[in-house]
Amino acid sequence: MKMTGARIVIESLIKENVEVVFGYPGGAIMNVYDEIYKQDKFKHILTKHEQGAVHMADGYARATGKVGVAFVTSGPGITNAITGIATAYTDSIPMVVISGQVPTTAIGTDAFQEVDAVGITRPITKHNFLVKDVKDLAFIIKEAFYLAKSGRPGPVHIDIPKNVTADMTEFVYPEKIELKTYKPNYKGNKRAIKRAVEAIKNAKKPVFYIGGGSVLSGASNIIREIVKTTQIPAVETLMARGVLRYDCPYLLGMVGMHGSYAANMAMNDADLIISLGARFDDRVTGKIDEFAKNADIIHIDIDPSQIGKVVETKYPIVGDVKLVLEEMMPMLLDGIDPNRYEEWREILKRYKELYPLTYSDSDEVIKPQWVIQITGELAPEDAIISTDVGQHQMWAAQFYPFTYPRQLLTSGGLGTMGFGFPAALGAKEGKKDKVVINFTGDGSIVMNIQEVLTGYKYKLPVINIILNNNYLGMVRQWQTMFYEDRLSETDLSDVQPDFIKLAESMGGRGFTAKTKEEFEKAFNEALNSNAVCFIDVQVDRREDVLPMVPPNSPLKNMLVFKEDK
Amino acid sequence: MKRVISVIVENEHGVLARIVNMFAARGYNITSLTVAPIPESEFSRMTIMSEGDPKVFEQIVKQLYKLIPVYKVIESDNFIEKEMAMVKFNLDEPLSDIDALARCYNGSISNVGEKHVVVSVVDRPDRIDNFLKAVKRFKPLEVVRSGVSVIER
Ligand SMILES: Cc1ncc(C[n+]2csc(CCOP(=O)(O)OP(=O)(O)O)c2C)c(N)n1
Repeated sequence: MKMTGARIVIESLIKENVEVVFGYPGGAIMNVYDEIYKQDKFKHILTKHEQGAVHMADGYARATGKVGVAFVTSGPGITNAITGIATAYTDSIPMVVISGQVPTTAIGTDAFQEVDAVGITRPITKHNFLVKDVKDLAFIIKEAFYLAKSGRPGPVHIDIPKNVTADMTEFVYPEKIELKTYKPNYKGNKRAIKRAVEAIKNAKKPVFYIGGGSVLSGASNIIREIVKTTQIPAVETLMARGVLRYDCPYLLGMVGMHGSYAANMAMNDADLIISLGARFDDRVTGKIDEFAKNADIIHIDIDPSQIGKVVETKYPIVGDVKLVLEEMMPMLLDGIDPNRYEEWREILKRYKELYPLTYSDSDEVIKPQWVIQITGELAPEDAIISTDVGQHQMWAAQFYPFTYPRQLLTSGGLGTMGFGFPAALGAKEGKKDKVVINFTGDGSIVMNIQEVLTGYKYKLPVINIILNNNYLGMVRQWQTMFYEDRLSETDLSDVQPDFIKLAESMGGRGFTAKTKEEFEKAFNEALNSNAVCFIDVQVDRREDVLPMVPPNSPLKNMLVFKEDK
Repeated sequence: MKRVISVIVENEHGVLARIVNMFAARGYNITSLTVAPIPESEFSRMTIMSEGDPKVFEQIVKQLYKLIPVYKVIESDNFIEKEMAMVKFNLDEPLSDIDALARCYNGSISNVGEKHVVVSVVDRPDRIDNFLKAVKRFKPLEVVRSGVSVIER
């Protein structure tokens, strides 16, 4: 059947089983919006800002594992979407962003609302397309979804000129896609896997270094099993929180700049690091020349360019973490002796006891860490937690009892303030039966606060817990530690919104909490309120995130206590 | 260190920008770049000459492979390497001397006009350097180099 390009977009998304699109209309994409109006197969959520739309699609994708989809118009629409796309790109989130473009005849003329959209998104997408002919449209959409979710996932951008959405052609949606130039390698090389297994068996101080790729490949169950049977200690990156349960006896906690002492010392002292979809980010390794000096490295990653990028890798394995571990599992079980690592576990246990992850609680003032902990106790075990960026993000990663993968949604790679709230809304749309909580800061929350309206309109109750320290706290902490307390432009105490009024003005609910009792009461009320909530928690202004590896220091030089500095 | 790689890419919109961006984003200079379609195929071949540290270069190769339209990246030190140069002289320079010199570098006079003569040579890039040095004394008015093309032996 012949149909317009706009209609083809809709029909293609239906073929891809898309349930929801987050977006914002405009001139160049109006033909597509007209078709959205005429259909009822998928839902469209109108956000208040394109950045909100893309973060929502991202949060939806992180929470559900499906591809997030966003529509934006040309020019200012697509440029508003950039931060969201870059955020998804850095964390390898599957996403398809479709933007309108001026008609092909106007491209290159500086027409109204024209920008070189594919030029702008090229470095922050896995791939992008400018559709020049309606005949290519269906194929490109199929390819975009395939690229977004296969291999190392990522955002894919399709820019469609207005005339292409008006042009007609026969709609044929390809069944399968075969790309000559793109063939992700899912299965690890058998010999490489064998060698790696031998290395594990011969190691004295091995450690599993679990990264975001483990979540993306759905490897959590097998990792839990392997850790349980081998009793090899494990550390998690920020992106991998929840792959192991928080109470797993072999989990040493988060690794890196604000990781636990035991986790960082495990990396420092190990003789073998088994990297599972982790990328040796500088926030994890600390000073690279000093990183894991005595360790050989097994690096399992679907993306060959990750391997050997930062550290020398003795055992590279290109493949999907889950499939590679499935292959490894029987070989590992055959003749592995968990007792072999007993001494190593003892050393790490002592580190754990020596410097546990802790804070000094107070009755005078609310400690932000306490808020995270008590929320973990009051919320259902499977609540979805998103965060913004700053101190609260690190405290959430340190102190929240994560039980499942995909439970923590956080902008790990790009560190995007303003991510948490819209991501929480997207997650709620994808997981209606779950409680969704966003830990945020008084700086971050105002970056996309307009989306309360979206939550109100589409009945997406999420709870924003604002750890309000009246500072851009994380920057303040660095200023305190490394700039002799010169607090340049980080004190927010002179102008603070009234979060109650703000929430109420947009159909949400607001609470303030100055005491522990007030917080618990507010949280329980928020849980039952069925509205977008802000809980403005006045926390200790000068609390620091500890422990901390100072930037560009070796992991072993952690500052553990405040006195250390 | 000087390096030459060939990148076989799908002939599609924006592919050249994609490849070049990859170098630019990593702060790598491209010394020369030649591109042309491979006959009877949907691919193009790009030959990129660059200079730099082998570790960074290894990353570039991996990153190139990651680009969706990239079919193959060929790195080899066993290849035949050619470049073309065209040089324009005033007609009153000694033509036979120029011609004799060009012949040493697989070249000849390509055109003689009313005022100018154009010589073209095809040779290894380092030999082209030599040629250009040697012709200096004939006061070249304009020099155009093509960038290298390579083919594996
Ligand atoms: C969009 C954006 N701009 C700037 C930054 C730099 N930055 C990192 S943390 C931070 C402070 C965050 O303050 P707040 O949201 O109040 O959280 P807190 O650290 O106080 O918990 C800033 C400005 C960033 N990560 N993202």
